[in-house]
Amino acid sequence: MPAKETFYDVMRKHGITRRSFLKFCSLTAAGLGLGPEFAGKLAHALENKPRTPVIWLHGLECTCCSESFIRSGNPLAGDVILSMISLDYSDTLMAAAGYQAEELLEQTIEKYDGEYILACEGNPPLNEDGMYCIQGGKPYVEKLRHMADHCKAIIAWGSCASWGCVQAAKPNPTQATPIHKVILDKPIVKVPGCPPIAEVMTGVITYMVAFDRLPPLDRQGRPKMFYGQRLHDKCYRRPHFDAGQFVEAFDDEGARKGYCLYKVGCKGPTTYNACSTIEWNGGLSWPVKSGHGCLGCAEDNFWDKGSFYSAVTNLKVAGNVEANAEKVGGTLAAAAAIGVAAHAAGTVISKATGKRSKQAEEVNNG
Amino acid sequence: MATTTESTMGREQSQEPIYVYEVPVRVWHWVHAIAIVVLCVTGYFIAHPLPSLGGEASDHFVMGTFRLVHFISAMVFAIGMLVRFYWAIVGNEYARELVVLPVWSGEWWKRVWHEVKFYSFLTRKASKNVGHNPLAQLSLWVINVFLGIFMACTGFALYSQGTGAGSWADLLFGWVFVIEPSSQAVRMWHYIGMWVWVFFVITHIYVILRLDFASRQNGISGMIDGYRRFKDDGPMSPQ
Repeated sequence: MPAKETFYDVMRKHGITRRSFLKFCSLTAAGLGLGPEFAGKLAHALENKPRTPVIWLHGLECTCCSESFIRSGNPLAGDVILSMISLDYSDTLMAAAGYQAEELLEQTIEKYDGEYILACEGNPPLNEDGMYCIQGGKPYVEKLRHMADHCKAIIAWGSCASWGCVQAAKPNPTQATPIHKVILDKPIVKVPGCPPIAEVMTGVITYMVAFDRLPPLDRQGRPKMFYGQRLHDKCYRRPHFDAGQFVEAFDDEGARKGYCLYKVGCKGPTTYNACSTIEWNGGLSWPVKSGHGCLGCAEDNFWDKGSFYSAVTNLKVAGNVEANAEKVGGTLAAAAAIGVAAHAAGTVISKATGKRSKQAEEVNNG
Repeated sequence: MATTTESTMGREQSQEPIYVYEVPVRVWHWVHAIAIVVLCVTGYFIAHPLPSLGGEASDHFVMGTFRLVHFISAMVFAIGMLVRFYWAIVGNEYARELVVLPVWSGEWWKRVWHEVKFYSFLTRKASKNVGHNPLAQLSLWVINVFLGIFMACTGFALYSQGTGAGSWADLLFGWVFVIEPSSQAVRMWHYIGMWVWVFFVITHIYVILRLDFASRQNGISGMIDGYRRFKDDGPMSPQ
């Protein structure tokens, strides 16, 4: 077998010109927030390092991550990345099927034990021994564990793999479980979002294969360069928030003027993602730009957090008990006011009866 | 009433005023009270902004001002708390009551229970305390130590979202998001904490006024000049 091929070799084989390759490198370096000199470093890495295989698994999911990924705003990036990852295993995108496809997994383990990146879209259901998601005759969770045992690192694509998403919403009958709660012994990069932004996905995967390490992560395991700030921090409607100019209803003057959507439930102030900077579909738009509040789809548990159209939302108080912060608070304050009034009345009555019994006592004693 | 003999440990006390609340405690109390009221009001209007304004965004800074005032009073609140905890160490014995609960003392718990009965009108035997009665001590601890720390931690954690990763707020309080990864949930917990304060402020003011109008000791004036005054010569409850 000849020396292991590089990414550059593969891209050239797929008909990508050197010029396109270099464009891709500078674009990605910029997307990752790296300095200009990193375009060259990125190119050098992709030209010289042996190619890192990427295995792309699908658990319980809707394939919106794959859909987003292949619609990467810049077709160039899409082509390049596709040529990088479709080589190995991605059951939605690859040509092989059935036994042939499953065989590829074993071949990858044999050839690249401990070297490949496992990209997980969706999550495994654990209830009934994982019977709610069967692939190739076996529960998906077994396939995931098997592939994770031999991988170098895991990318958890989307909110499903990162947090659980809608299939993990209450009461979660299949016990759909995010990757980091199933695989405990491998480094995991969470790329949440429903789906994540295409450029974020290509950026993360390029960083990992080119630099051979995880991107810098925040406390929750998300790449800092894309999840370091809230949508609110970079929102183009932020000046309206600070001024106190809000959309009160979706058909009012404020909505037409593009005021802040906080009062109609925008979750931008509590959501970490890159929508307000990178935007969607090649920078065409994003929810707030199109006049609707952010749902917070990249956040943990967003599906069980109550109304998408209210700034004050539900809370899980204890076990399965849920309550609206507003109602809990209002009840508390009302209880205090009523309690105080009742107690004051009680005090007056107590004083009066106390005096009477004291007088009676004095009469008896006297 | 004056012939009550159940507290054999009790000392006979004259009607001489007793100096209880030292200057730092009193100053802290009022600064803290103002900070909490400002925090509650601005906090409420951050959750429920005022009706929308028209014109240009550059003409107004309403939400920005609410947030700024909220953050400034939060700093005052937090620094005040630190000073108060320090004073619990160096101040007089009454300064410690708010911070250290004698939870190991069975006697103390009995006295808490007695206060519960007293305030439920189940007994008429009022206790007589120089500092706080044990139930007051317990509830003040829950509000000032437990809730105070809870609000400071969740508040500064939310503040760290604006100051960004690596900022002091993030380094000191970012761990909140390890316990509760959803910042919307942290917001809502912080918001419920505000309502607990409203609950506390209402009951606190009521109980203090009740001391003045319906008990044998003074209430509000104690936090103004620092002296506890009794209206009778009865024995003290065991401390």
